Amino acid sequence: MSKRVGIEVSIAIAEAVGLARAEVIPAYPITPQTHIVEHLSEMVANAELDAEFVPVESEHAAMSCCCGSSAAGARTFTSSSAQGLSLMSEVLYIASTMRLPMVMVVANRAMSAPISIWNDHQDIMIQRDTGWIQTFAENGQEAVDLTLHAFRVSEDRNVSLPIMVNIDGFTLSHVIEPIELPDQEDVDRFLPPFKPRYKLDPRRPITMGPVGIPEVYTEAKVAHDMAMKKAKRYILKAWNEFEEIFGRKYNPIESYRTEDAEVLLVTMGSISETAMTAVDTMRDAGQKVGLLRIRLWRPFPGQEFRRAVGKTKILAVIDRCLPPGALCGPVGAELRSLFYKIPGSPKIFSFVAGLGGRDVTVERFEEIVDKARAFAKKRPRELYEVIGVREK
Amino acid sequence: MANSDAIVGWKTITFGCHILEPGNAANFRTGDWRSQRPVVDKEKCIKCGMCWVFCPDMAYNQDEEGYFVVDLEYCKGCGICAHECPKDAITMVPEEG
Repeated sequence: MSKRVGIEVSIAIAEAVGLARAEVIPAYPITPQTHIVEHLSEMVANAELDAEFVPVESEHAAMSCCCGSSAAGARTFTSSSAQGLSLMSEVLYIASTMRLPMVMVVANRAMSAPISIWNDHQDIMIQRDTGWIQTFAENGQEAVDLTLHAFRVSEDRNVSLPIMVNIDGFTLSHVIEPIELPDQEDVDRFLPPFKPRYKLDPRRPITMGPVGIPEVYTEAKVAHDMAMKKAKRYILKAWNEFEEIFGRKYNPIESYRTEDAEVLLVTMGSISETAMTAVDTMRDAGQKVGLLRIRLWRPFPGQEFRRAVGKTKILAVIDRCLPPGALCGPVGAELRSLFYKIPGSPKIFSFVAGLGGRDVTVERFEEIVDKARAFAKKRPRELYEVIGVREK
Repeated sequence: MANSDAIVGWKTITFGCHILEPGNAANFRTGDWRSQRPVVDKEKCIKCGMCWVFCPDMAYNQDEEGYFVVDLEYCKGCGICAHECPKDAITMVPEEG
């Protein structure tokens, strides 16, 4: 029987990676991801996990090592955050178009400068277009479950793409939560051994990562794009299989009290828990407010999102990322694009909040909903608003 | 540059753009963007093979008489052979047309 224990979320993720029988873990420590790989290195050192832990000299080396390991057919895991994730950046594109399965947990953190170790989503939004599947966890249990799910999806021969599981730095990575760690038997049932479509093998030599001359580069990129689109089906299938074995159900878009809603908040990650409390408070006060949480960010589940919005006329989208000079945050831009010129589509208002570890409180969500209602009556001058910013 | 086998659609391109057949570089004409070609003066050539040694594309082959002859399908016109030739027997001549 699996049991529920009070455990730090990072440690629980490391335990899940162990249960997944990861074989190679190239990693470089960076706050707030460190506890995950630190615990994995202990597990390997204590012979609790039969894996190769490679203490590389940088994140660039970590991701390069992951590519080699996956190409050789080993179940591969790593983890990073912020500046470390950015140092991996060029190799992230290589892993994905080369269709190399691997799982990375990203403990989301703000990008310096000024130096910040605290949580927001700027680090992952930089990597939005790397062609990795990207999911966002709300709580510790989900972080564990999405990690196991990621191995299943990534290594599915119909998918063969790397996956980033995003967990909010500190807010998730460093808190102790009651988490149910599954039985080894069940994990083994959910996660068969990794059998890649192609691997580097001296008995059957192939070349991975050749030059893509102008005559084939476009086709290679379109093949990757189509693989991402096709992956959605298998992501959903794996969540169904997960539910059958572990009893917890996951959807690409999570709806909370959306029935008859006039305004829907749209969030990603752990602030969604505060947002749910805010929705409860506002519902108690007679306001028709609900919440949509994006769990699957890439490939973007447009169809599911439109269905989840239903007939609601106002969306208040919260980005935890401020791209200077852009028209609005990336989530806001995605949704505006999704609904562009679709008859009956909702009015979309973009907000930026929770940068560099600043709390987004229940009151802030109430403020966002009030503003969205006001903007629906009188069009705002700007395409987005930064919540809780001081002017003087 | 590529031969017609490489011109495939996104549905037929190999998985991950892998090359599944080892050593297939020989199937591709890689020298067609050359701006200059090496011309060997057989009067000066001593058949030492330094051009063959230094050619980064292995474009030189030895003929029956022992001379080293460049295969223009693969020569990219870099001029290393001309630079290394101890007898200055190789001249780089601009490609025209």
